[in-house]
Amino acid sequence: MAVCVAVIAKENYPLYIRSTPTENELKFHYMVHTSLDVVDEKISAMGKALVDQRELYLGLLYPTEDYKVYGYVTNSKVKFVMVVDSSNTALRDNEIRSMFRKLHNSYTDVMCNPFYNPGDRIQSRFVSLGRAFDNMVTSMMIQVC
Amino acid sequence: MSPTQWDFPVELCCRPMAFVTLTGLDVVFNAVHRAVWDAFCANRRADRVPISFKVLPGDHEYPKCRPKRTSYEWYIPKGILKTGWMNKHLNLVPALVVVFYELDWDEPQWKEKQSECATRVEIVRQSLQGRNTKVAVVLIQKKTPLPPGEDVIASERAAALCNACELSGKSLFVLPHTDHLVGYIIRLENAFYEHAQTYYYTEIRRVKSHKEFLNKTTHQLLFVRHQFKIAFFSELKQDTQNALKNYRTAYNLVHELRAHETNILEIKTMAGFINYKICRLCFQHNTPLDAIAQFRKHIDFCKKKIGSAELSFEHAAWMSKQFQAFGDLFDEAIKLGLTAIQTQNPGFYYQQAAYYAQERKQLAKTLCNHEASVMYPNPDPLETQTGVLDFYGQRSWRQGILSFDLSDPEKEKVGILAIQLKERNVVHSEMIITLLSNAVAQFKKYKCPRMKSHLMVQMGEEYYYAKDYTKALKLLDYVMCDYRSEGWWTLLTSILTTALKCSYLMAQLKDYITYSLELLGRASTLKDDQKSRIEKNLINVLMNESPDPEPDCDVLAVKTAQKLWADRISLAGSNIFTIGVQDFVPFVQCKAKFHAPSFHVDVPIQFDIYLKADCPHPIRFSKLCVSFNNQEYNQFCVIEEASKASEVLENLTQGKMCLVPGKTRKLLFKFVAKTEDVGKKIEITSVDLALGNEMGRCVVLNWQGGGGDAASSQEALQAARSFKRRPKLPDNEVHWDSIIIQASTMIISRVPNISVHLRHEPPALTNEMYCLVVTVQSHEKTQIRDVKLTAGLKPGQDANLTQKTHVTLHGTELCDESYPALLTDIPVGDLHPGEQLEKMLYVRCGTVGSRMFLVYVSYLINTTVEEKEIVCKCHKDETVTIETVFPFDVAVKFVSTKFEHLERVYADIPFLLMTDVLSASPWALTIVSSELQLAPSMSTVDQLESQVENVVLQTGESASECFCLRCPSLGNVEGGVATGHYIISWKRTSAMENIPTISTVITLPHVIVETIPLHVNADLPSFGRVRESLPVKYHLQNKTDLVQDVEISVEPSDAFMFSGLKQIRLPAQAFYTYQYFCQATGSTHG
Repeated sequence: MAVCVAVIAKENYPLYIRSTPTENELKFHYMVHTSLDVVDEKISAMGKALVDQRELYLGLLYPTEDYKVYGYVTNSKVKFVMVVDSSNTALRDNEIRSMFRKLHNSYTDVMCNPFYNPGDRIQSRFVSLGRAFDNMVTSMMIQVC
Repeated sequence: MSPTQWDFPVELCCRPMAFVTLTGLDVVFNAVHRAVWDAFCANRRADRVPISFKVLPGDHEYPKCRPKRTSYEWYIPKGILKTGWMNKHLNLVPALVVVFYELDWDEPQWKEKQSECATRVEIVRQSLQGRNTKVAVVLIQKKTPLPPGEDVIASERAAALCNACELSGKSLFVLPHTDHLVGYIIRLENAFYEHAQTYYYTEIRRVKSHKEFLNKTTHQLLFVRHQFKIAFFSELKQDTQNALKNYRTAYNLVHELRAHETNILEIKTMAGFINYKICRLCFQHNTPLDAIAQFRKHIDFCKKKIGSAELSFEHAAWMSKQFQAFGDLFDEAIKLGLTAIQTQNPGFYYQQAAYYAQERKQLAKTLCNHEASVMYPNPDPLETQTGVLDFYGQRSWRQGILSFDLSDPEKEKVGILAIQLKERNVVHSEMIITLLSNAVAQFKKYKCPRMKSHLMVQMGEEYYYAKDYTKALKLLDYVMCDYRSEGWWTLLTSILTTALKCSYLMAQLKDYITYSLELLGRASTLKDDQKSRIEKNLINVLMNESPDPEPDCDVLAVKTAQKLWADRISLAGSNIFTIGVQDFVPFVQCKAKFHAPSFHVDVPIQFDIYLKADCPHPIRFSKLCVSFNNQEYNQFCVIEEASKASEVLENLTQGKMCLVPGKTRKLLFKFVAKTEDVGKKIEITSVDLALGNEMGRCVVLNWQGGGGDAASSQEALQAARSFKRRPKLPDNEVHWDSIIIQASTMIISRVPNISVHLRHEPPALTNEMYCLVVTVQSHEKTQIRDVKLTAGLKPGQDANLTQKTHVTLHGTELCDESYPALLTDIPVGDLHPGEQLEKMLYVRCGTVGSRMFLVYVSYLINTTVEEKEIVCKCHKDETVTIETVFPFDVAVKFVSTKFEHLERVYADIPFLLMTDVLSASPWALTIVSSELQLAPSMSTVDQLESQVENVVLQTGESASECFCLRCPSLGNVEGGVATGHYIISWKRTSAMENIPTISTVITLPHVIVETIPLHVNADLPSFGRVRESLPVKYHLQNKTDLVQDVEISVEPSDAFMFSGLKQIRLPAQAFYTYQYFCQATGSTHG
């Protein structure tokens, strides 16, 4: 489904970024990074809205020829970015939403782990929950084929 | 850049305007004609009708009209659209030809002129044979015409002229050559415009009429062509709505054509043209979303129509052009007032165009890598007889051939080869960079800083491919900090790698070193083998040798670079590069930490420099120096390790300056502060760490302040947040994260070793000379010099207190306003060890309340620190809060001579003033004396001498005095009469002889004085005896100046027997005293 999943810290540095191994990793890094322009703009636009009324899902950030980039921002300003292949027209907005929600839940689990230090990069090597997060992302990416 | 094959033709991109030619105007020699022409051309703003005018001679040959086809049955079209068609209708075939002719209505030789005019019209008509072009005649006249209908000759002749020229009345115009030329011209051109529109209307009808003859099998191309023509004529007619509609139909028809490898280029070319027109019109109609939707549809349709694989770069080129053209249209629309948004702006289209241009480059690289021996085919298959193609998008070597089978495969091969060889000469990078920079400009406008950076990286990389390393480096260097500051290390590493290649290829020493330093650092995501390679190269460079080339560099460029590096070495002298690290993340980290936030001046200042290297191999530095805000300390904080250049990597585990990767190295520094710096801050301004030595090349890493580079603040924050337990390390090692930079320390004075005691008897009494005894005792081991005392009111309190507090050393005299509130720097001499001195201070407080007093003792002492003799200034201060109270309360009352309380006194009648002094002081007070100073209105009855002299009052005791006074009549005084002052002179009983007494002045209250008419005074004996007479005497005194009648009656009590007059009436004269006697004898006792 997704070809790239990224978690970005409040300060806009990457906490976690995974892309399909078959393709140029750097390209996705750039794509996620540039999408933060739109995320920033959307966040600042909704800054005035009340917290509980705020929609966390930011929707389609920007389309490129080959990919669609979606965004999601938590209340603590941690951003999730997901890149989906443009040709994958089967993927509806609702499904993207639910994928983000799943991602958010997994991220919350990571945050709840007492061995995780908020702001650290999420690495599957060290934290057992980091591995769980990784597995969840893998599951989201595998459904493609 | 000259237009390439892929650029859209000008006639497609321009706005079509009705084409009108003007004949019979001699604009070179005839001033009037010139003026007419100018009026047509000048100021063609938007409010003028859209016509493109051209002046042509009357006998101009217009393009020949081919004979009309009567049947399409056998006609097979050879292509979709002829290359010349648009231009023909824009610039060659007019909608209207205007014949200008100078002829006035009253022309004497009318007949001749009329026929000449008719001839001219005829010539034009001949040339336009077969076309529907309109002809109009304009008569240039010298006279202003009369209103219609009034000039009979004019209407007659006009009719005649029309007849002669076979013109309708509507096509004959008169242009008086008068003042209002422009006005006439505007009217004229509006009329022309109408004619032109009629012409294009008929053209559209004409093309439409062909439709019924077409059939779907052989005339597919014609459907497209005709639809396109209708749309184009509609545009000329300025009917953009219909034009759009027809272009849309044409677009759909194009995609209905049977596509094959042989005609795919033609189809795409036409689709691109029509799409361009549609998008352009959509923007013009202010429906940008339609334009975008159409463009998306177009791209989705054509994206996969690659065509011949051998020429797939052509498809990329075509795609790139589509995006670029749309970007241009979008941008143009924005300039005309359209608003774009962050996620939908021309930048995306330029970016995509650049992407396809890159793809084109890639494809060209693989498809056009022919051997140098492959020659360009001769004859050139791309040449045509006319130099241009007949139809848009066809191959020059098989124009007009519609068959899908290749009749001549050899010819096809040669043609493809020619195209490939041509493509090889295209400078792709230039195009890519232009597109990218267009995109950058757009994204900058629409608040996309990261997108902008990304594109600039791509530009930099493209410059790198184009071997323009200077520009590449400039761009990459510019954006690097964005990625660094946001902590995208993967991206930063990628950029740095390219930048390192550029700097290697240009042999830019400093850049090369800087990028190497960062690529070895912790922000780099390179693998260890890469880091090892870079470290080795870095060491080589520092040893004044050439580094190994970077991988994947162009072979030729590497050769040039190697030569450059060799030249650099031969030029070598001492090359020192100082690199500030605050803007990047080098492979060695530094933290400086003072041991304490403050140091006493008599102890050495100590601080540690922590260093940690992140590179793969141990590395030896040559020198470390620390700079301070006071540069005099710099000399004490230098570590230098003499080593040969070759030893940088050798002898690794020894030496202070050799860093083992991952291990924190601590270097201790110690120095003695200068005594002048007491109270100042010592700050580390920079730490310089040198790598390499001055014989070869030397890099000095410069940390501002106490260390830290571009990434460390975030790391420090993260470390502070962390609650992870760190594994225990051996005692001499520390965790890097746990070290907190402390780049400054305060120098504070030496701890005093004296005691300061204050002895006094609080509270202070108002206005007294309050004695404060200061005892200073030295506990120092050596003599202390220059002991100075500062004492008095502590500064920084209520300003009024300063006015009302005075300090002196001399208690023998009262101090006045001129004395200060704080005595500063009173020299009290030297003190030997153990010696003590006492100093008395006298404070006079004029108001009650509490005050803080400061006693500050400073002295000098010689001491040694680190075998260095220094003179320290020490000081000790004591503060004390002293309450000031009134010494006593004074109460005053007026009583009659019989000690009865008086609300008011009576004029001339004596009364008593009683004072009552109640001591409020906790200490015994001695009233030295008291004095009553009477106001002039008061007079005394007897002597006013003090009755309380030398009375000692203990706490709570009071002393009273009584004075007999009289107030003469003054009449009615408002608020009473002033009595005077009561002055008490007093001191503490405990005070010494020489302490002056203090006078406290108490203002006595005013008293109301009342005048009375009659004063009765009874004179009674103090006692009487039973059964003896008791004489009672009454004095009656008339206080008025009139005679009063007085009636006196005596009513004795039952206890007395009474003799004398019981009732008497007598006149009492003014100011006269009567005595009235009576006697009473008491009967009982009590």
